[in-house]
Amino acid sequence: MKLVIGIVRPEQANQVLEALHRAEVRGFSMSRVQGHGGEVERVETYRGTTVQMGLSEKVRFEVAVSDGFVDKTVAAICEGGRTGEVGDGKIFVVPLDQAVRIRTGDSDEGAVTPVSR
Amino acid sequence: MSAAIDTGDTAWMLVATALVLMMTPALGLFYAGLVRSKNTLNTFMMSIAAIAVASMTWAAVGYSLAFDGDGSLIGGLGNAFLSGVDFAPRQGGTIPELVFFAFQATFCIITVALISGAVVERMRFGPFLVFAALWSVLVYAVLAHWAFGGGWLMANGTLDFAGGVPVEMGSGFSALAAALVVGARKEWGRQALLPHNAVYVLLGAGLLWFGWFGFNGGSGFGTGHPSVLAFTNTLLCPACTLVVWFALDLIRGRKVTAIGAATAIVVGCVAITPAGGFVSPGWGMLLGALAALPSYAIIVWRTRTRVDETLDVLAAHGTAGFFGILFIGFFAQASWNGVSDGLFYGNAAQLGDQALAAFAAPAYAFVMTFVLLKLIGVVMPLRAGDREEALGMDVVQHGEEAYVTGEGAILLLPDDVGKVAVPVADPG
Repeated sequence: MKLVIGIVRPEQANQVLEALHRAEVRGFSMSRVQGHGGEVERVETYRGTTVQMGLSEKVRFEVAVSDGFVDKTVAAICEGGRTGEVGDGKIFVVPLDQAVRIRTGDSDEGAVTPVSR
Repeated sequence: MSAAIDTGDTAWMLVATALVLMMTPALGLFYAGLVRSKNTLNTFMMSIAAIAVASMTWAAVGYSLAFDGDGSLIGGLGNAFLSGVDFAPRQGGTIPELVFFAFQATFCIITVALISGAVVERMRFGPFLVFAALWSVLVYAVLAHWAFGGGWLMANGTLDFAGGVPVEMGSGFSALAAALVVGARKEWGRQALLPHNAVYVLLGAGLLWFGWFGFNGGSGFGTGHPSVLAFTNTLLCPACTLVVWFALDLIRGRKVTAIGAATAIVVGCVAITPAGGFVSPGWGMLLGALAALPSYAIIVWRTRTRVDETLDVLAAHGTAGFFGILFIGFFAQASWNGVSDGLFYGNAAQLGDQALAAFAAPAYAFVMTFVLLKLIGVVMPLRAGDREEALGMDVVQHGEEAYVTGEGAILLLPDDVGKVAVPVADPG
């Protein structure tokens, strides 16, 4: 069991969603975050005040998957998130100690495997 | 210098002019709510730019081409650069020509701003400014001359109270041409592209309606019967459109939608624009109710096509304007307007005159806009690149964001500006 964390450009988020859907990864959460990863900074001016925007909007996907799904999930986020320019984001895969499905109390592999209603 | 100045008329026209000018920022708000948050400022700025550009062109040559002389196709240059436009009234008028000029300028401005709805979220700001300048002269001034300035439609007997020809059909059918030339947004048809703030849309529509009392109520150029009739019709007609739109929403989706309501307000105001001073309040209400149907149908149909006429200028303005112009041909009533009857009151010829305008104006607007944008496109690229479109036009075109948080923003002192970073839109 792993937690796959993918941080991508907001404008690529829909492509990532499509790629995850095609890879049959059904359960995940996403949130808007701000971050910085070496991309060129934007310069903006507000009525004479010029600022360098150090943080960029990003979207963070968190996907808890059983071991067999790790590579597919990583590949899907890569495929959906890539534009080829600096700032496309990162993927982190971290071990997951425990997972519990709140509704049923299922734990671990059972909790991260989607069930049909 | 025939008639004398009437102070009451002048006072009202000064107010009406300010009301119509307010409609353009209101339109900017309406449009800004309908786009995604990353394009809010660019969308709003296109309306603000219309005020800047069209005021200049209108003062330079637009007003003269529209209102100087009674040439069949186009006016003269006698009033170019406001020559001879002063405190004396125009022939037959009771207000200073300066006020008349300013009132008409606000119409030109909002018409230019309306077209932006077809190309938001992808057209570059520079080419839009060029387009706005040329369109305001080559299309708006010509159509205004045909309908208001003594041109062939007016001489022929076509009735257009407040701008069904130049403003509504002019913008609507030009918008269709602009959408075709500029092309669809890259995600169009593949992803849901949703309005980011429905409150802006409702507030914008509300302010447009408020301003429209000056737009229609001022188009009698005074405080006489035509203005009073148009003023009250501007209340009644859109209210009826709203009710019918609610019903259509209920039938189609079982819920009344807010953005549908905002659209209905605009459609109703557009429909009564050409007809305001010519039909009775009762017929005005029927017009509002009926005008909802074709506009609603076109909005439903358009989203199934590949044409990304983004904010439905054709459906709201072109279609409802077309409908309003034709409606006059049926239900105009000389006992109310003192000018002419329509088919329903025994004057079939009026319907013919209206139909002529309803086909000539869209054809001219569409063809001219199509050719004009193609020519501008030869000189400069009309639209932003895919990466820029993905980032959003606010940052790329203006270097600002609508909803900036300030987190992570580093203040650049004047000495550092220009040395530190490369703007994100830098090509390559």
